[in-house]
Amino acid sequence: MSNSLLTRRGLLKTSAVAGAGLALPTIFTSGAAAFTNEPMGGTVTLGFNVPQSGAYADEGADELRAYELAVEHLNGEGDGGMLNTFSSKVLEGNGILGKKVQYVTGDTQTKSDAARASAKSMIEKDGAVMITGGSSSGVAIAVQGLCQEAGVIFMAGLTHSNDTTGKDKKANGFRHFFNAYMSAAALAPVLKNLYGTDRTAYHLTADYSWGWTQEESIAAATEAMGWKTAEKVRTPLGAGDFSSYIAPVLNSGADVLVLNHYGGDMVNSLTNAVQFGLRDKQVNGKNFEIVVPLYSRLMARGAGKNVAGIHGSTNWHWSLQDDASKAFVKSFGTKYGFPPSQAAHTVYCQTLLYADAVARGGSFNPCAVAEALEGFEFDGLGNGKTLYRAEDHQCFKDVLVVRGKENPESEFDLLEVVEVTPAAQVTYDADHPMFAGGALGDCNPGA
Amino acid sequence: MDGILLQILNGLDKGSAYALIALGLTLIFGTLGVVNFAHGAIFMIGAFCAVTLSRLLSLSFETVDPTKTDFLGNPATIKTPYVEAWFGPEFGGALIDWAVPLAILFSIPVMIVVGYVMERGLIKHFYKRPHADQILVTFGLAIVLQEVIKYFYGANPISTPAPEVFIGSFDFGMMLGFDPNVIIYPYWRLVYFLFAAVIIGAVFSFLRFTTFGMVVRAGMADRETVGLLGIDIDRRFTIMFGLAAAVAGMAGVMYAPILSPNYHMGMDFLVLSFVVVVVGGMGSLPGAVAAGFLLGILESFASMNEVKSILPGIDQIVIYLVAIIILLTRPRGLMGKRGVMEE
Amino acid sequence: MLGLNKKDATFLLIVVLLTLFTPIIMQPFAANSGLDQFNGGYPDLMQKVAIFGIFAVGFNILFGLTGYLSFGHAAFLGVGSYAAVWMFKLLTMNVIPAILLAMVVSGLLAVVIGFISLRRSGIYFSILTLAFAQMCYKLAYSVLTPITNGETGLQLALSDPRILDGTNESASLPVTNIFGLAMNSSYKVEALNRVFTFNVGFYFCGIVAILAFYIAIRLFRSPFGMMLRAVKTNQQRMNYMGLNTRPYTLAAFVISGMYAGLAGGLLAAMDPLAGADRMLWTASGEVVIMTILGGAGTLMGPVLGAGVIKYLENIFSKINESVLHSWFHWLPDGLEHAVVWVFARFTGEGWHLTLGLTFMLVVTFLPGGLVEGTRRIKSLMARLRRPKAGRTEPKADDQPSPFKKPL
Repeated sequence: MSNSLLTRRGLLKTSAVAGAGLALPTIFTSGAAAFTNEPMGGTVTLGFNVPQSGAYADEGADELRAYELAVEHLNGEGDGGMLNTFSSKVLEGNGILGKKVQYVTGDTQTKSDAARASAKSMIEKDGAVMITGGSSSGVAIAVQGLCQEAGVIFMAGLTHSNDTTGKDKKANGFRHFFNAYMSAAALAPVLKNLYGTDRTAYHLTADYSWGWTQEESIAAATEAMGWKTAEKVRTPLGAGDFSSYIAPVLNSGADVLVLNHYGGDMVNSLTNAVQFGLRDKQVNGKNFEIVVPLYSRLMARGAGKNVAGIHGSTNWHWSLQDDASKAFVKSFGTKYGFPPSQAAHTVYCQTLLYADAVARGGSFNPCAVAEALEGFEFDGLGNGKTLYRAEDHQCFKDVLVVRGKENPESEFDLLEVVEVTPAAQVTYDADHPMFAGGALGDCNPGA
Repeated sequence: MDGILLQILNGLDKGSAYALIALGLTLIFGTLGVVNFAHGAIFMIGAFCAVTLSRLLSLSFETVDPTKTDFLGNPATIKTPYVEAWFGPEFGGALIDWAVPLAILFSIPVMIVVGYVMERGLIKHFYKRPHADQILVTFGLAIVLQEVIKYFYGANPISTPAPEVFIGSFDFGMMLGFDPNVIIYPYWRLVYFLFAAVIIGAVFSFLRFTTFGMVVRAGMADRETVGLLGIDIDRRFTIMFGLAAAVAGMAGVMYAPILSPNYHMGMDFLVLSFVVVVVGGMGSLPGAVAAGFLLGILESFASMNEVKSILPGIDQIVIYLVAIIILLTRPRGLMGKRGVMEE
Repeated sequence: MLGLNKKDATFLLIVVLLTLFTPIIMQPFAANSGLDQFNGGYPDLMQKVAIFGIFAVGFNILFGLTGYLSFGHAAFLGVGSYAAVWMFKLLTMNVIPAILLAMVVSGLLAVVIGFISLRRSGIYFSILTLAFAQMCYKLAYSVLTPITNGETGLQLALSDPRILDGTNESASLPVTNIFGLAMNSSYKVEALNRVFTFNVGFYFCGIVAILAFYIAIRLFRSPFGMMLRAVKTNQQRMNYMGLNTRPYTLAAFVISGMYAGLAGGLLAAMDPLAGADRMLWTASGEVVIMTILGGAGTLMGPVLGAGVIKYLENIFSKINESVLHSWFHWLPDGLEHAVVWVFARFTGEGWHLTLGLTFMLVVTFLPGGLVEGTRRIKSLMARLRRPKAGRTEPKADDQPSPFKKPL
């Protein structure tokens, strides 16, 4: 049982203010720890906080599978997966710093409150020294803030909003997943090649912060190559039936529809758009096109055949043929019988990266881990050469532009990789206006 | 003008979905006086009838094809649906393609059984209990049903397309003399609208023109007197419950191509359908239908860019705003009866 | 004592004692005993139980006494949270002004919503309150993002002014406190192979909860409370007697809205974040269910209900398959897998199933909620002790059943 809490700072402050008036209990154990939840025994506990109920439960389940796999590999069980291909070789399959890895799980319910409650119980009750997971930006940002205050490391799961490593970035938080800006930067050249420079786009955007950052990013990138933007329409989250938003599109003069939706909204708006026959239409003498900037293979299944021929971007796809991806797909597929999703891949990487940073830094102290991760360059995790940038704790790596397959061969075979956009092309300055307004602050070890 | 016409069309379609759900809910909630929080779950089960049938029809046997490999590099297995093997690829393929319309036939008996079991097994014991207890027990039931579906089908939406022939849209505007592409309307939505009209008509004529319907209407008005006449009103109410479940279930089946079914879709529709029923007025079937169409059309209007630029965010709240205005100007909703659930 | 009769005073005393010793009571299992998974004695859960207890007690003032079933109470909770976080951002990290503002703002909102909604009764009232709350939620999520920070939720930032606190030189966020005593500080005591956490935040919530509870008792017993009960029994009769009941029901609505605001403010004080999710209809439904599950119209019921639901949510959702395997590893392999499979349906990702089944079982077999259950156990014990004393069913005078009149 761990015996320190996120409360040491408060405690010191308390004693200073309240002074001698308070009688402190004599059996007082939080003196020894140097940081929150310092692992004392032969084990170390990680907290896997994923959605297990609600709309993203399947992605959460896939994340959990990848976490279990990562823990197995770290503890030297199984075939080692991407540990064998990872460029850093300090992990030896004997846990982390010789401590066996244990884990606790919790349900974020894709709600900030529930996610924070779950993360808190992992920190306060189970002594987790690192929290990871999540399947939406709102939750990621909320939990990242909590981890910063509590003094543990947060390794973000699936979060695509610019804000996670932009205006809401935190010193204790790290993101491996790509973001809306990168999606836009990767997609724009491909769209230019496919559809030309004389196009007018119509945006349907989920009316919340992730949707807005994606709309902003895509509109900026496409306008830079000469496209016009006809209209940006905000749709309520979970609208269900998008017909009244899609029906006016054809009459607006636009010839490309950009769906800034994710999850269930993406499935429904795309299904509706195809049902309206938009893709068979001609506008301005050109074929009408639909773009879905952020693809998730798990979710795309819900749209069935409707995804065929529609372009978008993704963080990773199981059909990649590099050694690392193959090793991961083999190890995951053998254990569970189907290929991993991009959510599974990113959280597996995050777990390995954390473990590796601890091993290289020689300590579980969040500040040592953060220092080891900052500016860390690595390879062999399926995305090619990757940099964990020190300024904003964002990973910079290649981005995949994918297209819905016309003739899928299996139920997993929905997307095909069209282009791998090199990291250099999606890299932006740390003070880019879309990411401005926040500060990392100092790393907080909690004690 | 064209924009308004377009949104009326969309609104009719949305409205027919709301009206169908509200119709079933009113049969139970507005007439039997049971606050059924599991009604959304019934709608959801209906949608999953469509999923189940399309899965049943595509049940396949596997043959190994050595020329292809699966994602692990092992020889791939090719799946051939039994129906294609039995009836030939053409007819078998068509069967699979038409899974959703066929699912209506499949769903009616399933939903009646679901409704019957629910009523006899659980709701029956709660007729005399306070509404608060009904809410708690049916909410619990809804969660349980949801979790069962989630266990079998997962949490992600499942693609349930309409038959191939209904994909795409026709240019309604051209027929009326507008420019091309101004008013387009998907075939499946037209089907859905007509289907809803037929169902609504059928339920109304059933209650109006059959003896059974007459007795049920009498029972709604005065249960005790009908009971005193020696009529087994309870049994008829059970049948009504089954009927309501069937209506909601069919609404779910037909909605599946528009909204890919997922396990929590019932909860998403639950609040909305209660609002529709109450705005229509407790105890009034025509009220529920009218309110469904009214709210559907207003919601479509609110999502027009012209409206949104004047009142940002109005499409998010229009239904609730209208509900408040109607309830304040008409104390018992559009066509509510005095004294039904007003205590 | 304190204007309470002897019975109520003992009752309050029991509540005070229970609150004081919560950190010990909720930590019944020794560490590494295998069952320590079921321990709930960590600050966050204890705080949540106290806070949602306040929320449910306040809701019960409206529902239990007047019978008006509000389906939009979460709006007050959410608005209270936003008000409190804004106070932390602008003025000071001291929780007192934040909580006061939370109560004032939610009280004002309750006056507006109550004034309009109370023009209708029964289901029409429920739907009106629901509509208002849903509008608050939808707007907070989207258009009002400049005030609410939308999906992400309103959070503290280093650049916030915090006029009274002076400039913050460190690069980390300040913590909520009460005159310097940080809410998140706690004393840990290791004894009996258990770690007991005595958390400042929890005791603050506990004291507020006891105060709220005390006020609720006084309300229940006051002439005002009698009046509200009369409204519930027969509002028409009251009107015929020439009494205007509206001011009474409105007062009850506002008081109960302020309780919700207080709970929202406390939530923010424990964890300075306010999200729109707090106002979703499921959140409103949750407090309804807490109240009914525990026992509507009773004093202790809502608190019990809040405790059970929060406990299920936080503890059951964390029991994953590997935990189950560690429990049942002594079974033969095949059997172990079967047992784990069965349990896994009800814990971890299946915790909702347990929740739903609990609702159904409690309401079917314990009409009157959990309080009814404890009462039955009591009378059963009494009967066992005095087998010949006949029926010792408690009289229903002091805590009248809310189930005479629906909605």
